[in-house]
Amino acid sequence: MTTEMKKIFSRPDSLKDVQTHYCPGCQHGTIHRLVAEALDYFGIKDQIIGVASVGCSVFLYGYFDVDVIEAPHGRAPAVATGARRVHPERPVFTYQGDGDLAAIGTSEIIHTANRGELMTVIFVNNTTYGMTGGQMAPTSMPGQKTSTTPYGRDVSTDGYPIKMAELLSGLDGTAYSVRVAVDNPKHVIQAGKAIRKAFQTQLDGKGFAFVEVLSTCPTNWKMDPLAANQRVADEMIPYFPLGVYKDATA
Amino acid sequence: MNHDVFIAGFGGQGVLLIGNLLAQATILEGNHASYFPAYGVEKRGGAATCTIVMSDTTVGSPVVGEPEAALLLNPLSMEKYYGHIRSGGFALINSSLVEDDGSSRDDLKRLLIPANEMALEIGDARLANMIVLGAYVEYSKVVEFESIATTLKEVLPERNHRFLPMNQKALEAGAEFCRQALVG
Amino acid sequence: MEESLTKRLFVKGNEAIAMGALEAGCRYYFGYPITPQSDIPEYISREMPKLGGQFLQAESEIASINMLLGASACGARAMTSSSSPGISLKQEGISYMAGSECPGVIVNVCRSGPGLGGIDASQADYFQSVKGGGHGGYHIIVLAPDSVQEMYDLVMLAFDLSDRYRVPAMILADAVIGQMKEGLTPHPYVAPADLATKEWALIGGGKAGEQKVVKSLYLGDGELEAHNNKLHAKYAVMQEKEVRFEAVELDDAEMVVTAYGSAARIAKTAVRLAREQGLKVGLLRPVTLFPFPNVAYKKYAGNGQKVLCCELNNGQMVDDVRLAIPTTEVVFYGRAAGAGSLPTPEEYLAQIRKHYEA
Repeated sequence: MTTEMKKIFSRPDSLKDVQTHYCPGCQHGTIHRLVAEALDYFGIKDQIIGVASVGCSVFLYGYFDVDVIEAPHGRAPAVATGARRVHPERPVFTYQGDGDLAAIGTSEIIHTANRGELMTVIFVNNTTYGMTGGQMAPTSMPGQKTSTTPYGRDVSTDGYPIKMAELLSGLDGTAYSVRVAVDNPKHVIQAGKAIRKAFQTQLDGKGFAFVEVLSTCPTNWKMDPLAANQRVADEMIPYFPLGVYKDATA
Repeated sequence: MNHDVFIAGFGGQGVLLIGNLLAQATILEGNHASYFPAYGVEKRGGAATCTIVMSDTTVGSPVVGEPEAALLLNPLSMEKYYGHIRSGGFALINSSLVEDDGSSRDDLKRLLIPANEMALEIGDARLANMIVLGAYVEYSKVVEFESIATTLKEVLPERNHRFLPMNQKALEAGAEFCRQALVG
Repeated sequence: MEESLTKRLFVKGNEAIAMGALEAGCRYYFGYPITPQSDIPEYISREMPKLGGQFLQAESEIASINMLLGASACGARAMTSSSSPGISLKQEGISYMAGSECPGVIVNVCRSGPGLGGIDASQADYFQSVKGGGHGGYHIIVLAPDSVQEMYDLVMLAFDLSDRYRVPAMILADAVIGQMKEGLTPHPYVAPADLATKEWALIGGGKAGEQKVVKSLYLGDGELEAHNNKLHAKYAVMQEKEVRFEAVELDDAEMVVTAYGSAARIAKTAVRLAREQGLKVGLLRPVTLFPFPNVAYKKYAGNGQKVLCCELNNGQMVDDVRLAIPTTEVVFYGRAAGAGSLPTPEEYLAQIRKHYEA
C-alpha cells in the first residue's frame, strides 16, 4: 500500500526562514505567525508596509518578508499615517508593545485611531518592558513586582493598568477593537480570526482596526514558560477581559 | 528712489491696510518695497504699526530706526514715535485725535490733518486712513495715485467694489489738504 | 507658463515658503499650529487639495515629524513647519530621519526662547539647527533666507539638496522674514538632472523582489561606525560642493560685517550707510549655515580684515566664524529678542564705526 504525503503545515510565506531572538516561552513567535498567516491569506505580503516599533519587536524586518519602516519609540502610528497617505493603495500595519503604544505613544495611537486611519495595529501586552529589562509598564498588574516597582505596583502612586482595547473602542474612528490571548489552542484560533478580521477591516476601507494580544514575558517575569503561560489565564485575563469591544464593520 | 515711512495708530484705524497698499503700489510700478508689520509686544494692547521701505533698487533693512516719514494716527503713537523721526523728515499728525501739534520740533515738515472729521464729511469714519494715505502720497510722490487705485481694486473683494469711489474721494481729499496746509 | 508663475506678487514670507514648496512638488504636509508660522499650514491647507496632495494637521509636533518620516520613507516630497518650541519637539524625529537617511524639509520660523520665551523675531536656534538638534551626532542641511523671494527659492533648493544627499533640510527663518511682505517673482520649478529615482524608498505599489527596510538601528559589530562614517562623508562632500553665500562690497573691504537672515538685511543697510561715510565695509552673508561657508570667510576675511558678526541672539554663529578664520579678530554684536524693538541699521552702523576706528 502506498500513501501519498500531503503537506498540511508549513511556515507562512510572509515569515522568513530564520531563528528569532525571542526568549523561550515568549509568545511573540506565535503572534508573528498569526499575523503572517493573515498576510498570506489575503495575499498582501508584497503590498503591505510594516512599521516596526521600539522594544522586542524592533526586528520586525528580520522576521517578516515585507517592506518595513522603523519608527521612533511610540511613533509607529504617526509613521504609518505618513506612509498610508502616500500609498493609499498599500495596506499598513504596526506591531507595538505596551510601553511603546500605551505609555510613550499614547497620543499617537489615540489620534491615529480617532482619524480612522486605515491600518491594522497589533498591540502586544505583556505587562512589562521586555527589552529594557522588565521595568513597570503602563499595563503592569496591581502589585506586580518589576525592576522599577520592587515592592509591587502601587496603584495609589503608579496608577492603574491601562486598558487600551476598551479605551480605543470609545473613538468614532475605530472600526474594530478586540482583545485576544494566545495561551491555549482555543485562544490561538480566536486570536488568528481576530487578526484576520483586523486586516479585512482595513482592506475593506472600514476604518482603524486594533488587536490587543495578551502575551508572556517569562524572562522578565522570572517564571518558566509554563508558569508564565498560566499567569495569562490566572491574572491577566481577569483584569484584561478577552472579547470584541467594538465592531463597526458590519 | 529711496523712501521709508512708519505708520502707527490703534487697531481698527486701517494702519496695516494703507501700509499694504503703499508697498503693493510701489511694486506695481516696478520698484521694490518691504512691508513689515509690528510684531510682538507692540501688537498687544491694540497698537498697530508698520514700516514700509520703498526703493528703485533692492530694499535693505525692512526695519528702520529713524524713519524719514511717520504717519501718527493716535495720541499714543505721537508720544512714542514722534521723537524718532529723522531730522529733516516729515510728520503727519492726525489732529482729530492728537492734541500735540508737534511744535516741539522745528526740524520737520509737519502736516496736522483732521482725518476723522474729514472722513465723516465724506460719509464714513472708516475712511480716515485713506485720507492719511492720500496726504502722504501727495507729499512724498512715492507712487502715482493711479497705482494706489489699481491696487485698492485688486485688494478689495469684488462685492466691496461699490466702495471704491468713496475711497478715491478720501485719497483726493487728503492730497488736497496736504497741498493747502503743509507746515515747515 | 501660467500667469500666476510670471506675475510679480506681493506676499508674506511664510506664504512664499508654502508657494515654493508646492511648486517644488511637495504633496504632503504635516504640521501643528504655532505663531509666527501659522500662515504656512493655512496656505497649504487651502491650496494642497487643489493639487491632489495631502494636508494633515497632526495632534502634535512629534506626530507631524514622524508622519513626515513615514511619507519620506515612501519616496514622497514632504514637509513640516513650526517655530522654536515646536522644533524642539521635532528633534527626536529629525534625528531618526538623519539616521535613516530620509530626506524632507523642516521649516523653522524661529521665535525667541528659551522655554516659551516670546514671539519676537530671534536667531536663538542657530546652534540647535546647525549642530544637529537631536541626539546622535548628525547634521542637517540648514538654509537661511533673508527675503521673501529667497523663502520661495530656498525651499526649492532645500528639497533638491535633501533628496540629493538623503539628508533632512531645514529652512531657518525668523518672524521678520516670515511676517514681512515683499515682491515675489514666482518661477516654475525645474528638477536638477542628477536627482535619481528613490530606489531606496518604499516607492510603487509593492515590493518587487527584495524587501526594503528604512531604519536607523545598527547593532552588528562595526555596522553603526560604518553608518556614521558614511553620513559624515556626505557632510564632507556637501562642504565641498554645496556652500552658498552672498558677498556685498567685499573686494576692498577692511571690515567684514557678517550676518544671516533678517540680521543680514539690517546689516546690508548699515553697510550702505558706512560706505556713504567712506568706510571700506562689506557684508558676508551665509546662505547655507550648514554646510558653513568657511571658504568664503578665509577668502574675504582671512587677510588682516576685521570682522563684525551681528546676530539676533547672544552669540552663536560667531563661534563658527572664529573657527573658520582663527587668526582674524572677530567682534560680536547681538541682542536677544524681547526689547520690544529690533536692532536698527543705525545701531549696527554705530558698531561698525566703533570697531572700524578702534
